[in-house]
Amino acid sequence: MAQVTLRKVVKKYDEVLAVRGIDLDIMDKEFVVLVGPSGCGKSTTLRMIAGLEEITDGDIAIGGDVVNDVPPKDRDIAMVFQNYALYPHMNVYENMSFGLKLKRTPKDIIDQRVRQAAQILDITELLDRKPKQLSGGQRQRVAMGRAIVRDPKVFLFDEPLSNLDAKLRVQMRTEIKKVHQKVRTTTVYVTHDQIEAMTLADRVVVMNGGNIEQVGPPNELYHSPKTKFVAGFIGSPAMNMVPCQLEASGDALKVRLSDTLSLAVPASRTARYRPHVGKPGLLFGLRPEHLTETRPHLEADMQTFDVKLDVTEPMGMETLVYFAINGIDICGRVNPNAGARESQTMKLCADMANMHLIDDKTEQVL
Amino acid sequence: MADTALRVSAASSADKRSGLQKLMQRKSTIAFLMTLPLIVLIFTLVAYPAGYALYLAMLNKAMTKFVWFKNFDFLFSRDTFWMVVWQSCLFAISAVVFKAFIGFVVAHLVNNIPGKKQRKWRGMLLVPWVIPAAMSTLSWLWLFDSSYSAFNWLLEPLGIGPIPWLGETGWARFCVILVNVWIGAPFFMIMYLAALKSVPEQLHEAAEIDGASWWQRIWYINLPMMRNIIAITALFSTILTFANFDIVRVLTRGDPLNTTHLFATWAFRLGIESGDIPLGAAVSLFMVPILAVGATIILRDINKRGSEV
Ligand SMILES: Nc1ncnc2c1ncn2[C@@H]1O[C@H](COP(=O)(O)OP(=O)(O)O)[C@@H](O)[C@H]1O
Ligand SMILES: [Mg+2]
Repeated sequence: MAQVTLRKVVKKYDEVLAVRGIDLDIMDKEFVVLVGPSGCGKSTTLRMIAGLEEITDGDIAIGGDVVNDVPPKDRDIAMVFQNYALYPHMNVYENMSFGLKLKRTPKDIIDQRVRQAAQILDITELLDRKPKQLSGGQRQRVAMGRAIVRDPKVFLFDEPLSNLDAKLRVQMRTEIKKVHQKVRTTTVYVTHDQIEAMTLADRVVVMNGGNIEQVGPPNELYHSPKTKFVAGFIGSPAMNMVPCQLEASGDALKVRLSDTLSLAVPASRTARYRPHVGKPGLLFGLRPEHLTETRPHLEADMQTFDVKLDVTEPMGMETLVYFAINGIDICGRVNPNAGARESQTMKLCADMANMHLIDDKTEQVL
Repeated sequence: MADTALRVSAASSADKRSGLQKLMQRKSTIAFLMTLPLIVLIFTLVAYPAGYALYLAMLNKAMTKFVWFKNFDFLFSRDTFWMVVWQSCLFAISAVVFKAFIGFVVAHLVNNIPGKKQRKWRGMLLVPWVIPAAMSTLSWLWLFDSSYSAFNWLLEPLGIGPIPWLGETGWARFCVILVNVWIGAPFFMIMYLAALKSVPEQLHEAAEIDGASWWQRIWYINLPMMRNIIAITALFSTILTFANFDIVRVLTRGDPLNTTHLFATWAFRLGIESGDIPLGAAVSLFMVPILAVGATIILRDINKRGSEV
């Protein structure tokens, strides 16, 4: 049982700075997900925790001990790789017991642990098979079994689900969550899929370009992103961002999106936003689900306006509508029965209580 | 129904009329005709010489009389024959074991050399294998020469020697094996290096995380993953080593006292140099069953493993 600490960790490959000095504290038994676009340094970070990459600068501690110079075999960690990396010449039982065998664990204890893990993962009947006789999902389970059996201080996952088809991915996601509830080991999980991150994590770490953009519980990242990148990366469809001007009219503030369209800022935000009145390069951010069809009883901060729809995408339980303001495509999510038609005008309602104001220059959310 | 039955009977009566045409249209006939050139080729290049060798081996020395298996009887009764059997096995097995071991170790060393340097090393290490064996053996002959041996010259200041490299049975056997290993090890190295490169790096990482030391990774990951190549290379090389001719011929000519002869060199000695062609043919025929067993094992192994992977 262990916490993992990263202090100013830097990784340089020749001239490429893959990780630019990140700090991260992972609690005991916590499930932390590193998420970010491809090439942002997630795998590198994970591999440095595993000890598969040397760190260029900084410190990594597992369970309070600095492990910078400890080889992987002595770090007491387990890792699940994207393509599973099962030993092809060993059957499932041998794959799972390999680590224990190397530690000279008594045979009966190995057997007990392997069968227990196999039961948790529901692969008991596969124990005699070779990896190539298994489906992708089964291999995935075996790879997890190999990690569980060892009972390590930390689990590391590097995009474990990205080789599975969409349906299986959702299924295995739930499975991983269940396993973590049963086994309760500190887990660091890497993915580029923000939905996976949101659904699995106790805390999400959003990375971009070798830096950590923001760390927090999924809901916090979703509702209070700190940077433009996080605001745009978390959530699907992505948050709408439109260049705007912040105007004062008396005590109230307004965001002007176009010559004809301006929306009032909720009173609760005026104090926060007032210093930015007239600032150039502001972006108005609003998630698609806060842009809906109008309703009979509008709440205080909801405002309606008419738009001409370009495209509608019926999704079944909702319909996505697209329109443009000053050439920027904007997405809204309306009730399928609200009568959205392509190339027709529709009255939409913006929930301004959930608006964000972003400074495009500093890329910070104001 | 009736319609199709009618057509079938019509077709069959038409077939009877042109039996040859039908034969020509059968798939098996076409296949046979297409493989015919190969069959002819194999017959003239393999079956005929083999049959002829068998025939030769059953003639008397002057090749005037058919003596059935007398030549073989004669061979079995001679100590030299059994010594050649023993020496061939000793030579082939120990040479292959050393080649395999050295190849395995050097392949690992080369594999750990980064990037461009690795190519250079690979090229240099292949040199012994690329030089025609008879030529490089000639250089070795000079190194072992009884009066001018460079090795003895090097050993002399240490108070060792002079060693009769090619003059004494034990040393002479050592020398032919040494030269064979020197020439053959690079082939093992390159095969094992290729096999090593096909072991995914991630398996090593997984094993490392599972707690395996460097040595354990070689033992539990590399060795089993390279098993196919190791087995096939070793068997293949065993056959070639067993049938070796040039090294022994150039280095010792079978001496001292025939103790370094292999089947091929002894057959040459008896058949060509001593003029008893039937006896030489009989000796060389003894390689056939031994090599056939080896070849069968290889082919079966490849088939089996092929369907396994
Ligand atoms: N072995 C390597 N050598 C050089 N550059 C590397 C190496 N591994 C990764 N990189 C670079 O480091 C950056 C981060 O890579 P990585 O951590 O794999 O990203 P991801 O977030 O997609 O997992 C990328 O720009 C990548 O090109
Ligand atoms: Mg990656």
